[in-house]
Amino acid sequence: MKKISLLLSGITLMGLAFTGVSTATTLEDVQARGELRCGVDGGVAGFSAPNNAGRMVGIDASICDAIAAAVLGDSNAVVYVSLTAAERFTALTAGEIDVLSRNTTHTLSRDATLGTNFTYYNFIDGQGFMVAKADGLASVKDLDGASICVQTGTTTEVNMADYFRNNNLDYTPVGYSTSVGTREGLEGGACDAITSDASQLAAIRSETANPSDWTMLPEIISKEPLGPVVRQGDDQWMDIVTWTLHALINAEELGITSSNVDAMRADSPNPSVARILGGESETGAMLGLSNDWAYNAIKQVGNYGEIYEAHVEPLGIARAGSVNDLWTRGGIIYSPPIR
Amino acid sequence: MRSAIIQGVLLFIVCYALLSIYQTTIFNLEERGIKTSTSFFDSVAPFKVGFSPFLDYELGKTTYIEIFYIGVLNTILVAVLGIVAATILGFAIGIMRSSSNWLASKFSLVYVEIFRNMPLLLQIMFWNFAIFLAFLPPPKQSLEFGVFYLNGRGLQTPLPIIENSNNFNIWLVTIFFSFIGVYFFRRWAKKRFFETGKTLPVFSLSLVFIILFTTLMFYALGGPLTIELPVLGKFNFKGGAQLPLPLFSLWFSLTIYTSAFIAENVRAGIASVSKGQIEAARSIGLSRSQMVRMVIIPQALRVIIPPTISQYLNLTKNSSLAMAVGYEEVVAVWANISLNQTGQALIIIAMTIIFFECCSLFTSFVLNIYNRRIQLSER
Repeated sequence: MKKISLLLSGITLMGLAFTGVSTATTLEDVQARGELRCGVDGGVAGFSAPNNAGRMVGIDASICDAIAAAVLGDSNAVVYVSLTAAERFTALTAGEIDVLSRNTTHTLSRDATLGTNFTYYNFIDGQGFMVAKADGLASVKDLDGASICVQTGTTTEVNMADYFRNNNLDYTPVGYSTSVGTREGLEGGACDAITSDASQLAAIRSETANPSDWTMLPEIISKEPLGPVVRQGDDQWMDIVTWTLHALINAEELGITSSNVDAMRADSPNPSVARILGGESETGAMLGLSNDWAYNAIKQVGNYGEIYEAHVEPLGIARAGSVNDLWTRGGIIYSPPIR
Repeated sequence: MRSAIIQGVLLFIVCYALLSIYQTTIFNLEERGIKTSTSFFDSVAPFKVGFSPFLDYELGKTTYIEIFYIGVLNTILVAVLGIVAATILGFAIGIMRSSSNWLASKFSLVYVEIFRNMPLLLQIMFWNFAIFLAFLPPPKQSLEFGVFYLNGRGLQTPLPIIENSNNFNIWLVTIFFSFIGVYFFRRWAKKRFFETGKTLPVFSLSLVFIILFTTLMFYALGGPLTIELPVLGKFNFKGGAQLPLPLFSLWFSLTIYTSAFIAENVRAGIASVSKGQIEAARSIGLSRSQMVRMVIIPQALRVIIPPTISQYLNLTKNSSLAMAVGYEEVVAVWANISLNQTGQALIIIAMTIIFFECCSLFTSFVLNIYNRRIQLSER
């Protein structure tokens, strides 16, 4: 009988553990852990992919680096978790990761029903189509009756279905679970065209055996604002992620780069610069961070423009005059003031 | 009495644990603002499914729950095709393995050891990407086999279309009656064999009768079916029916992989038949094929069936690896695409689990009935 009662109390304890809910905030968790857990794709060049040294690099990975620099003072204190399109939201809401920075499109249904909050955009994309040059196609409208390779579990499937339905065109989807699968399908001839976000198509083309064989069709059929996502219900953490991104954009606008940030902090006559870099007002304290949060992010990771130039330009996606340029130069990358 | 109390307590503990898991899940889902409901079933699915041979798919009409049915039917299709082919191939390889012919037995040994020992996902991707896609031509240079066309997209076949549904139904009834005729013919032949000892080539005669009779009736009814031929369009074939390459790759790999296991079951079954049975069969003058058919296989089946049931279950479950090559079965269209569009992970994954659970239980239920019938003949 003694054994049974022991067993019972053990089980009851376990039951209590099941029902217990963690009350610490994400910021406290991250600070206690000393590292940021960041969900990325891990296989899209320019966004998040390991470099030759085995380090995760890309515009998505850099956002996590910047958050880690702002929160922990060290941009290297990041653990990257590679996630498929289907896994990503569950990983976030279950608390497996602190922030999801995985070329994720902001849509109403994701925002309203998944228990997630979208912060701001680090890349504004749109869905395009890539075909073999040899086929001599000029427009998506020429694709009536074609087989099209697509990654399953993404918004691209839906955009394609909408566009073809709208234009009364027929097609056959050929769905693969990974972006690598879609490239192999295209190269192997399983489909006549491939569709994805234009930036990903550029990344895919750079990985084909012969990139000059492929060409993009001119139409961009969707809006794909991509950016970091956080769990719903932790407003402080959402503010931290949002404003870290804003700080990187503001830094570019104000001309603060990773190389001149020390000089700017020492003597800049512009009060906006001083506020970002920790002088004149307590911007860090308002977020629950140290006052050199933005300084650390800019110093260790670089401003938005530097990040773009390092990771996205090599894919052949020019920034000048595109939507991803600053609002002062004709783009729509815009950040509210830090003050 | 004591053991009853312990079992009761254990049952209580298990129920309590399940209940608390359930409550925690519900509580946490609400806490995190995740809305779980089945209301999305009747929403229109905003994406397209390319391969749906049993239900009509229409973009902008088909709902999520219909997507689930399409996925389920596609899974069942590839599982049934795979089980039939793997059984035939597995038996052939297994019988070859036990043959006294050195070449045949070594060939099947190599076959079994190669395909049994490689991960299935690797095999599926190998056959699809490295063999079929790499060697099959694009649609415009399709290989032609009469009215069949083979290319990197799949096999294009003619499609029978019912012209006159009344006459077609009459024709189906005549087919049914021809089978009944064959049944009585076989009974008569058996009776004659027991009375006179004379044998007839029953199988060939029945086959010839069915083919001749149904063909004659088909033309007598004015040919209620017409055939739609596939025609090359701008990108792909239009008209006719298409067996997509992903289905073929998946079916092929599942068949090859599972047949290696079934072959080993068959070998074990044959090895279990005692030597005396074979000597007895020889001494009463049965030919080699009669001996295999009438003495060895019926006894070997008792040993073969139970492990083969679990191979059938494995094949069905393994079909979910289709995602790698783009076949639209239930895990791909339901647990992946639909889950991602709706975010209803709990309901969708639960339904997928229940489907596979039902599939497996049904398969083993049916085969266990068959198994029991076979086992009864043991004396």
